[in-house]
Amino acid sequence: MTATLSTNRGVTGNILTSDTTGASATATAPFGHALVKAAEADSRIVGLSADLSKYTDMHIFSERFPERFYQVGMAEQNLIGISAGLARTGLIPFATTYCVFATRRAYDFIAIGAALGKANVKIIAGLPGLTTGYGGTHQGIEDLALMRSIPNLTVIDPCDATELSQVIPAIAAHPGPVYMRLLRGQVPIVLDPVKYQFTLGKGQLLTEGADVGIISTGLMTGRALDAEKQLHAQGIRASVLHLGTIKPFDRDAVLALAKRTKALVTAENHVITGGLASAVADTLVDAGIAVKLRRIGIPDCFCESGSIPYLIKHYKMDAESIAAAAVSALS
Amino acid sequence: MNSTLTDRATEIAHVQAHAKNLRRHVLHMAEIVGQGYVGQGLGIADLLAVLYFREMNYDAQNLVWPARDRFVLSIGHYSIGLYAALAEAGVIPLAELDTYGADSSRLEMSGSEVTPGFEMTGGSLGHGLSQAIGMALGVRRLPRTESGAGFPRIFNLLSDGELQEGSTWEAAMAGAHYRLGNLFAFIDCNNQQADGPPARVMNVESVDEKWRAFGWHTQRINGNDIAALLAALDACKTVADKPHAIVLDTLMGKGVPLFEQREKNHFIRVSPDEWAIARAQLESGAAQ
Repeated sequence: MTATLSTNRGVTGNILTSDTTGASATATAPFGHALVKAAEADSRIVGLSADLSKYTDMHIFSERFPERFYQVGMAEQNLIGISAGLARTGLIPFATTYCVFATRRAYDFIAIGAALGKANVKIIAGLPGLTTGYGGTHQGIEDLALMRSIPNLTVIDPCDATELSQVIPAIAAHPGPVYMRLLRGQVPIVLDPVKYQFTLGKGQLLTEGADVGIISTGLMTGRALDAEKQLHAQGIRASVLHLGTIKPFDRDAVLALAKRTKALVTAENHVITGGLASAVADTLVDAGIAVKLRRIGIPDCFCESGSIPYLIKHYKMDAESIAAAAVSALS
Repeated sequence: MNSTLTDRATEIAHVQAHAKNLRRHVLHMAEIVGQGYVGQGLGIADLLAVLYFREMNYDAQNLVWPARDRFVLSIGHYSIGLYAALAEAGVIPLAELDTYGADSSRLEMSGSEVTPGFEMTGGSLGHGLSQAIGMALGVRRLPRTESGAGFPRIFNLLSDGELQEGSTWEAAMAGAHYRLGNLFAFIDCNNQQADGPPARVMNVESVDEKWRAFGWHTQRINGNDIAALLAALDACKTVADKPHAIVLDTLMGKGVPLFEQREKNHFIRVSPDEWAIARAQLESGAAQ
């Protein structure tokens, strides 16, 4: 007898599965292609991976520039340490692994090896938040909190292929250590590649509405834009402020939005403590602004294994949950 | 006596004179603050004298010269020894040694890259060798005109206790994997870590067999014997495709019998009246 799943249940995808939930258009491996393009223009760029080059789109670079790629094996502390050493000889290393391994396992190496001395290391970390169904071991749910608290470190959570492609040359040109959350494989295109212009440290107001302000980062921005459409159909006008850079934090954009709208909703692919929501709350408290704030993100728990669509619904990370939070904040 | 032997004897005497000066600087720094890692500073003076006054290519006036050999200190608390060497070499002013461990000084008790001549921040143990590997790989990419015939060399100093940090062995694998003949790891076995001797805390022996098994060109010598240090470095010149591990058995407090014989401690406490005795013992002792 062959065991079968009932047809309405999802299954955990393999580790290479990309989350393109809700996306109508995608681009293939935007990080790998952007890095090759940057490396063609700047011979100081080198690449490294801790046995995950194929799983972080680094293989596009290593195939194009085999002599500029260093494989370090499953050794994340060494990945960051070697990167820092390379940087100290004037090179610009881009090092890839998963968020969980970079931040949990190699934290001291990022803090002391890279950040303390402002070594020019770019850490590119895959599987942020709920972009894999592999459960607590592989889901980087608290990396923004960990990285945001390290001095000197720039922290970026791009929302789509358009932004990611622009972030790579921007951080290559920016002297100093950077942690970037990677969207890999088939990556949704949310922002118009012709119109969108990424600026390090600056948020972008994507829609303007006076009722509620939705502040989002990473792949939640696509869902925030979907939520904006749902709210519009209900007669609620929402502003969507996308913050691709988590550190340095664009406080001015947050404060301007808080003054222009009646309530705020944050949406992040991360636990709701220590990441975007906390940065927004810090900003509001520092400025003495009292405003209703609803936080969409992963609750204070390790997540289940499962299919991405199931997990997103289960943990209320979908557009419908963002829209519902906006309605609740306004009520 | 043939000329080679004479040259070597001259070289040894030259390094010994510098090693003695380093020990004077170490005592001076420690006496001013009344404490410090004086045992480590005295114990490692011979290696630092060999590196800074015989082996390394560097320019004390141009610390960012890309083709320089680099000294990478993993064990930040040995900074007292490196400050002595950097002052002796003219990288930092001798007078600045008076500020060792003082508030707002560049010469921190656990050294960092705020001090000129420090290539990285050690002290959180297990970082140095990884960064040294990155540097050894990086300098191989320098334009030929910068690197000349041979690649710049990276000299990393780590310690026996530090070998307990697992990252050291990640790095040991990588150094051999990349066949980094321009990478040198000196492992100072002074047989003392914070909670006691490694044999009791967590045994790290056999240190030399471990490095050999990881694929390194490995030697084990008396780290307070300048002739042996020079011979070991010479032996490395015949091995181009392996990283070099030189395991040093050293004596904490070397050169000052009062400290050599003291019950061993990671952080030696010295009473105020003992500094004069220590200085006198150093001055009256043989060159090493």
